[in-house]
Amino acid sequence: MTAPVFLGLPTAPRGVGGLRGDEAFPAAAQRALGDAQLRANLGRATSTIREKRARAVGEVPDWAALREAGAALKDDVLANLDSYLVQLEEQVVARGGVVHWARDAGEANAIVTRLVKAAGADEVVKVKSMATQEIGLNEALEAAGIAAWETDLAELIVQLGHDRPSHILVPAIHRNRAEIREIFVREMVRAGRPAPEGLTDDPAALAEAARLHLREKFLRARVAVSGANFAVAETGTLGVVESEGNGRMCLTLPRTLITVMGIEKVVPSWRDLEVFLQLLPRSSTGERMNPYTSMWTGVTPGDGPQEFHLVLLDNGRTATLADPDGRAALRCIRCSACLNVCPVYERTGGHAYGSVYPGPIGAVLSPQLTGVADNDSLPFASSLCGACYDVCPVAIDIPSILVHLRSRVVESKAHGVPTAEAATMRALSRTMSDARLWRTALRGSRAGRLVSRRGRIRLRLPFLSRWTATRDLPAPPAQSFRDWWASRGGAS
Amino acid sequence: MRIALFTTCLVDGLNPSVGRATVRVLERLGHEVVVPGAQVCCGQMHVNTGYLDDALPVVANHVRAFEQYDVVVAPSGSCVGSVRHQQGMVADRAGDTSLAADARALAARTYELSELLIDVLGVEDVGAWFPHRVAYHPTCHSLRLLRVGDRPQRLLRHVEGLDLVELPRAESCCGFGGTFALKNSATSSAMLADKLDDVAASGAGVVTMGDSSCLLHIGGGLGRRAAGPRAVHLAEILASTRDEPWEARA
Repeated sequence: MTAPVFLGLPTAPRGVGGLRGDEAFPAAAQRALGDAQLRANLGRATSTIREKRARAVGEVPDWAALREAGAALKDDVLANLDSYLVQLEEQVVARGGVVHWARDAGEANAIVTRLVKAAGADEVVKVKSMATQEIGLNEALEAAGIAAWETDLAELIVQLGHDRPSHILVPAIHRNRAEIREIFVREMVRAGRPAPEGLTDDPAALAEAARLHLREKFLRARVAVSGANFAVAETGTLGVVESEGNGRMCLTLPRTLITVMGIEKVVPSWRDLEVFLQLLPRSSTGERMNPYTSMWTGVTPGDGPQEFHLVLLDNGRTATLADPDGRAALRCIRCSACLNVCPVYERTGGHAYGSVYPGPIGAVLSPQLTGVADNDSLPFASSLCGACYDVCPVAIDIPSILVHLRSRVVESKAHGVPTAEAATMRALSRTMSDARLWRTALRGSRAGRLVSRRGRIRLRLPFLSRWTATRDLPAPPAQSFRDWWASRGGAS
Repeated sequence: MRIALFTTCLVDGLNPSVGRATVRVLERLGHEVVVPGAQVCCGQMHVNTGYLDDALPVVANHVRAFEQYDVVVAPSGSCVGSVRHQQGMVADRAGDTSLAADARALAARTYELSELLIDVLGVEDVGAWFPHRVAYHPTCHSLRLLRVGDRPQRLLRHVEGLDLVELPRAESCCGFGGTFALKNSATSSAMLADKLDDVAASGAGVVTMGDSSCLLHIGGGLGRRAAGPRAVHLAEILASTRDEPWEARA
């Protein structure tokens, strides 16, 4: 394997973009758990999409082979990223596009801002894109006096509601239709065409209101900004898959198109799309095929955008690639199947993760993109139940990466005075590797019987109450198993 | 057959009746049970909390304690999962190739109870009697790490008097997750509450599983509800007979 050429570049900078929250996961989760409406919205939405996915995947006889192929293709991309990216650049340039390299969120935002200004525009229409959420592009453009209009229905709901996305694929999953109607009625008037008179919360009526509101923006905009699901190195072709057609409007109507893409999205050839265009829609929306697949290659005189810019974004990806035990997270194709099956995500929602990448994949991706010190609670935001690994279409072993990142968090705190947790773990390590010490400890633990009633401990002590607030703890038995075995004269 | 029992630290220290039940089932089937005295723990808690260096001596002790036994059984899916999927990795990471090889060899002869009974001993009917309505909770690591499949249900269906009922959303995690239950107590408790509701909705008087850690969690939650189902380990159901019924020992 050729060593990646970017090794050692800085990770995503602090204070820019959407990879860090303001508080640790346990506290944010606890607050979210108190929101009964949120729990109901999420429970309904995730169980519906889970069943759809299971049906769509279940009908493919060679799903396991497809999944293996997807993982192998992505691993090849990651192992040869340097050459595929250079090939991609050559092909894009040969077909009339311009390629920009951005080390981090700040550089990417500066590039896009400069390009929009150069096009003489003070607004852009946007295709739904995780990369631009990750770098906080909308905020950066706004600071430069440029309005960025989200045109994906759910992103529009989030933007009009001055809210944050809480899901990779369904950013407004935490909202129900009554809330959406309220947001449209209150906010559309401030952003352009107002909501129709007498708008109801019927889904078709809400979609029609969004259509009318967005149509004038599509027709007026001179610059569009998109992400990319794939970039084909052999021809320099970019691709976006979507459900609503808003993406195709953005990709074809404006004169200038700017695409911001994480460097891991490149694939070697068109043939590889055969695999991913089956894996992605079935895993994400539970559809056999997504309604719109748009591909574009450079510029075509007199047809579509006459100027095309591709911004290749690192923002912590090469640092992630440098970790052999964590790099498989870069296989991710952003389908969000892992979010929909995750018992933690289902209860807390996406905002608790603090990053635009929530759920299981976010818990392994965000801390690697930022460095574990900045997201040190996320690797622990999982019961390691393994449901995410089972549904992942590119077979990312998320539980194992979570455990690996936990060890990196522990190592990052290993200098200086040990934490109480580290001291406890060290003591337990000694006790649990020596049967004599263990036997003595078990006999000592019988003192716990003094604070028990009817064989149960319900004592509320600091720390212990994290268990006993909602569960009984059995009192230590009068006789451990090993003492019983010895008393029975059992063999060893 | 001579079978070494890996009791697990949790069963040894908090729930010894599960260990006694495992011994009773295997002896009743005519096998010899031995309990290696040097054993303590597989190291799962240290690994899953991120303390891989501190896990190393625990893993080494476990591998040494069982090195001379041909067949090892544990009444715990997640501990067997740790033996199979973590111990070799812990040794690799420490650069101890001989421990890693020994750990992988031990993993290949270590079985979860339902795996041992069905795959190694070839029995589905262990001669048990348990006249209760029972729901089975397929604990995450038995389900997804070990892929025990329907082995536990096959054993339960052969238990005389037992009425096996469906547990709604059975494959959803109970929220234990080791130190997750402490670090993310609120989220863990929310997951547990939904599991307890599903257990209640199943109409079962007993919820059973093959993992004593999840049993501790679900049982601890059920204990807070005034009346209702009880959590009983799979081994205790399989140990129960007309002559020595489970309730008499409870």
